[in-house]
Amino acid sequence: MNEDMSKYPLRLEGSDKPMVRFMNVTKSYGDLVVLDSLDLDVAEGEMVTVIGPSGSGKTTVLRMLMTLETINGGVIYVDGEPLTHMEKNGVLVPADAKHMRRMRANIGMCFQHFNLFPHMTAIENCMEAPVHVLGLTRKEARERGLELLALVGLEEKVDEHPARLSGGQQQRVAIARALAMRPKVLLFDEVTSALDPEVIGEVTNVIRKLVSEHNLTMLMVTHQMGFAREISDRICLFYRGQIEEQGTPDELFGNPQRERTQQFLRAVTEAM
Amino acid sequence: MSYIEFLTTYGPRLMTGTLITIALTVLAGLLAVAIAFAAALMKLSPSMVVRGIATTYIEIFRGTSLLVQLYWIFFVLPLFGITLEKFTAGYITVGMNLGAYGAELVRGAIKSVPRGQWEAALALNMSPAKRMIRIILPQAIVVMLPPWGNLFIELLKGTALVSLIAVADLMFQAKQINGSTFLSAQSFGTALIIYYIVARFGITPSMRWLERRSLRMLGRG
Ligand SMILES: Nc1ncnc2c1ncn2[C@@H]1O[C@H](COP(=O)(O)OP(=O)(O)O)[C@@H](O)[C@H]1O
Ligand SMILES: [Mg+2]
Repeated sequence: MNEDMSKYPLRLEGSDKPMVRFMNVTKSYGDLVVLDSLDLDVAEGEMVTVIGPSGSGKTTVLRMLMTLETINGGVIYVDGEPLTHMEKNGVLVPADAKHMRRMRANIGMCFQHFNLFPHMTAIENCMEAPVHVLGLTRKEARERGLELLALVGLEEKVDEHPARLSGGQQQRVAIARALAMRPKVLLFDEVTSALDPEVIGEVTNVIRKLVSEHNLTMLMVTHQMGFAREISDRICLFYRGQIEEQGTPDELFGNPQRERTQQFLRAVTEAM
Repeated sequence: MSYIEFLTTYGPRLMTGTLITIALTVLAGLLAVAIAFAAALMKLSPSMVVRGIATTYIEIFRGTSLLVQLYWIFFVLPLFGITLEKFTAGYITVGMNLGAYGAELVRGAIKSVPRGQWEAALALNMSPAKRMIRIILPQAIVVMLPPWGNLFIELLKGTALVSLIAVADLMFQAKQINGSTFLSAQSFGTALIIYYIVARFGITPSMRWLERRSLRMLGRG
């Protein structure tokens, strides 16, 4: 925590500034260092997929960006502004709740287990935060929600509670709910891992649509190598809290350079 | 004296007592719920002082006897200049006592809501208060309703103690009738049955109704 903050810019300028930048980010739980001096940029509109063995820190990367976890070192920037820190008298200090709240508005997240609000219908799930956080009227929020539920192909299930929806449908509501906040960056943490194989396609199709029709910046963790290869602009292979190798899908899958990448890809293809 | 005669003679007094008992139960119940939520939320506060106040309250009211608390509030508080009318002292004591037990129920129910719910609400940028009120509490209430049903029955039974400070509740009336007639089996037997009926046909169905409603809220009704 006694890091010299002067080496971190107060903000990122220039037309080529990334939408997300992890700069020298370290995260540990007690003695366990989960992420070690991570540097990672995601450009505006880019779809970056994180793959890697279990426990390598993939989820942690997303959770830090969502502000669900604090960091122990380094700085995360979103759209040029520090997320984990804020400027005070010309230096970066840890962000307070207010700054975090303002910055968090840029980011949305979909979880492995959907985490829909069970006491609300699909449309209510989508309206909740637009009404109670953004201050939209119920009518505006409903229109926005209906549009998004149609986008994910659930116009028929608008008034159903999550308990009456399949896993694939619940995950699609969760995507609509996140989109309703109009985030600049959308995070997906193994959003198909808890789904039965036959409904995975419903969810991946929605993500495909988002990639092709919307200029969202996305950071995705997945174990579906085929989908990652098809959809990503770039793939990062994590190993023990560091990026072992990254590149375009063709580079990484077609011609992996590092021994560990080759091992990992061999292991996942054998498992299939 | 046949039991029918007993009922026609003393029924009205027992009925009056029953109404007082029900009034005590309702008022003490409302107070218990309010205290339980306040104390539970205080126990989850980041401030150690706030948590300490709630813990102390809960410890004192759960760790000592309801009867002693009643005597304290009715006989000792006046020595400090706080005099409560006996009916008021009665339901306040019972409500404060059961509220301490209820606080643990509320806290447990809040804790039982999966972490993912908090995280999803945070990811949607909801404020801490909105997260609690709009997301967590509605789900916690579903979990805590069945144990609250038991607690309300305990509370009903607990109100019988207020007869000891001469509140004219059901128990008080039964004791009075017994004192003048020595018909113990009839007096206390009838009181026993009335307590059972209020619990079994008043509290239990009301709670079941609330439980069904809350499940419907989750789309599981
Ligand atoms: N709350 C926590 N407390 C302690 N250790 C944690 C916690 N969350 C994650 N970890 C550890 O951090 C490491 C990385 O976890 P995670 O980011 O979930 O990995 P991945 O998503 O790649 O499987 C793991 O070793 C995990 O056990
Ligand atoms: Mg993970």
